[in-house]
Amino acid sequence: MLKILKYSFYDLIRSRWSYVYFLFYLILGFVLLFLNNDVSKAVITLMNIIIILVPLIGTIFGVMYFYNSKEFTELLLAQPIKRSSIFLGQYLGVAGSLTMSLVLGLGIPFVLYGLFKSNAIFDFTLLLVTGAFLTMIFTALSFNIALSNENKIKGFGYAVLLWLFLAVIYDGLFLMSLIIFKEYPLDSFSLVASMFNPIDLSRTLILLKLDISALLGYTGAVFKKFFGTNQGLILSIFMLILWTILPIWRLVYTSKKKDF
Amino acid sequence: MQKTITICPGCELKSISQGVAIASEFDTLLIKKGTYKEFNIRIDKPLTLLGENYPVIDGEDQGEIIRIVSDNVTIDGLFIINVGTSYTTDYAAIRVVKSENFLIQNVVLEKLFFGIYLEKSNNGKVYNNKIIGDAVDEYNSGNGIQLWYSHNVEVDRNIVQGVRDGIYLEFSDKVIINNNSSTNNLRFGLHFMFSNDDVYTNNTFENNGAGVAVMFSKRIKMIGNIFRKNWGTAAFGMLLKEINDAEISGNTFEENTIGINIEGSNRILYKNNDFIKNGWAVKVLGACYANTFTQNNFLYNSFDISYNSRLNDNVFNQNYWSDYTGYDLDKNGVGDVPYRPVKLFSYIVNKTPETIVLLRSLFMDIIDFSEKVSPVFTPDNLLDANPLMKQAL
Repeated sequence: MLKILKYSFYDLIRSRWSYVYFLFYLILGFVLLFLNNDVSKAVITLMNIIIILVPLIGTIFGVMYFYNSKEFTELLLAQPIKRSSIFLGQYLGVAGSLTMSLVLGLGIPFVLYGLFKSNAIFDFTLLLVTGAFLTMIFTALSFNIALSNENKIKGFGYAVLLWLFLAVIYDGLFLMSLIIFKEYPLDSFSLVASMFNPIDLSRTLILLKLDISALLGYTGAVFKKFFGTNQGLILSIFMLILWTILPIWRLVYTSKKKDF
Repeated sequence: MQKTITICPGCELKSISQGVAIASEFDTLLIKKGTYKEFNIRIDKPLTLLGENYPVIDGEDQGEIIRIVSDNVTIDGLFIINVGTSYTTDYAAIRVVKSENFLIQNVVLEKLFFGIYLEKSNNGKVYNNKIIGDAVDEYNSGNGIQLWYSHNVEVDRNIVQGVRDGIYLEFSDKVIINNNSSTNNLRFGLHFMFSNDDVYTNNTFENNGAGVAVMFSKRIKMIGNIFRKNWGTAAFGMLLKEINDAEISGNTFEENTIGINIEGSNRILYKNNDFIKNGWAVKVLGACYANTFTQNNFLYNSFDISYNSRLNDNVFNQNYWSDYTGYDLDKNGVGDVPYRPVKLFSYIVNKTPETIVLLRSLFMDIIDFSEKVSPVFTPDNLLDANPLMKQAL
């Protein structure tokens, strides 16, 4: 598995896509800080980018890589290697290189602009951790889609739709249901609903740091317990881990059964 | 002739009450270090009670400890503990009744019900005292410093914590409150009721149930205060209710659930305030007319301004908004595009509070953007036509 991971990883680095991705974040980080010169404000802008862009890139990249390396995968499948090692290796290679580009690309400019002296360091670290989680989750989801769809166009379509659904449509439906059922106690529902979407989940995690004073304005014991104590943080991270593990598990499970 | 009478546990004079009884007008009672188990000490002539090395007066929860009923009394350097709790009488550590020219300074109060209670007493000074309560419930706790029908009083450099209201003013005009620190109180750090022409400057209010409540008062000046970390469901840095013609300038509101909550307040000038990382920087609840917001800094608040109606009669001009995304082509330091501080999302949150979990989501941003382009739900004249490009100093 490690060999395949290494191969995928180097393959990506050689194909320059990782560089492009890395450079994109590097430039983004520098531009943000150059224009604002204020780490706390840059962290807020960055949050929006991480929540939208990271899943999108993870999804597209995952699908693209899977379809592109299909012939190589089939070649590997003919060898006496465990299927789980092949797919896990490829997945970890892609997710790992994307995560590395993200963390380094954003980390370098912020460190150079005196992040360690600023008190935004915890917010920033949390941002990078959620970014890494989102990369892992969406790459895994896109691998699943690609594995289940032989047709490339269909696969791409589903992948983009998945992103669109989780990034925008889900929140729209969520908001509508909250407004329609506003006569009912909704605090547990709204927390549970945000757990079912990794993007909302990451957003909640970041909100816990950035907007805690607004979140505590709501009257409700469940909210208070969730946002006012460490419970929210622990539960969100736990759910993110679950969100990472489940698609990976399905990836391994389906790949074992699939007839190539 | 003025003389000094010494009181100490080993002396001829063992109790403060006896000392007061034998003293003549304008004498000084020098109270040496020790513990005095006394309550209901009544000071009915002009005296100075001077404590040496903080003598302890222990009221043993029996009731009121010192009552001043004479003009020109000074209390200095005492340590008073165990004031009695009563649901019918407001027992205080030091109560001043219908007296003038009093001075209460360097006093430390602990385990109290009410701390310093000024009742119809004018022209006095409460200086450099430390009041440390251990209040748990609002219904059985008292206020740190309470002024009732007391005018022209100066409250300066006191530290109040852990009581119900840190400083409470009722029907008290022309009071000056400076450099105090009021923290960790159950209800308000500072509370005004029906008090006019008061000034409070350079105070710090932190982690109270709510920072400062100003109600039914006129012409109050609030300058250079710091309101921090007033968190909770009904918590705010400052609450204004039925306040007219006030001036609020140079204050800092940081990390409060609501920076300023305004209701029925007119003709108020908000100038040079900093609103930093609040949930709502300013929440306007209605019936607020002819207020002016200028030269304020709104930095990283979840919501800058929240309105619950479509009517706007307040002026926002030349503020700095960290959320402003416009440009300044003519480089005059003023943005070329107006800024709309009220987001549609803040309306939705007012109506359905649970939607707060959708804060900063892409969907909300899209909705807010479309509202910004063509306002439907927010007052269309509510805008800052001259947003600053750099923070106001």
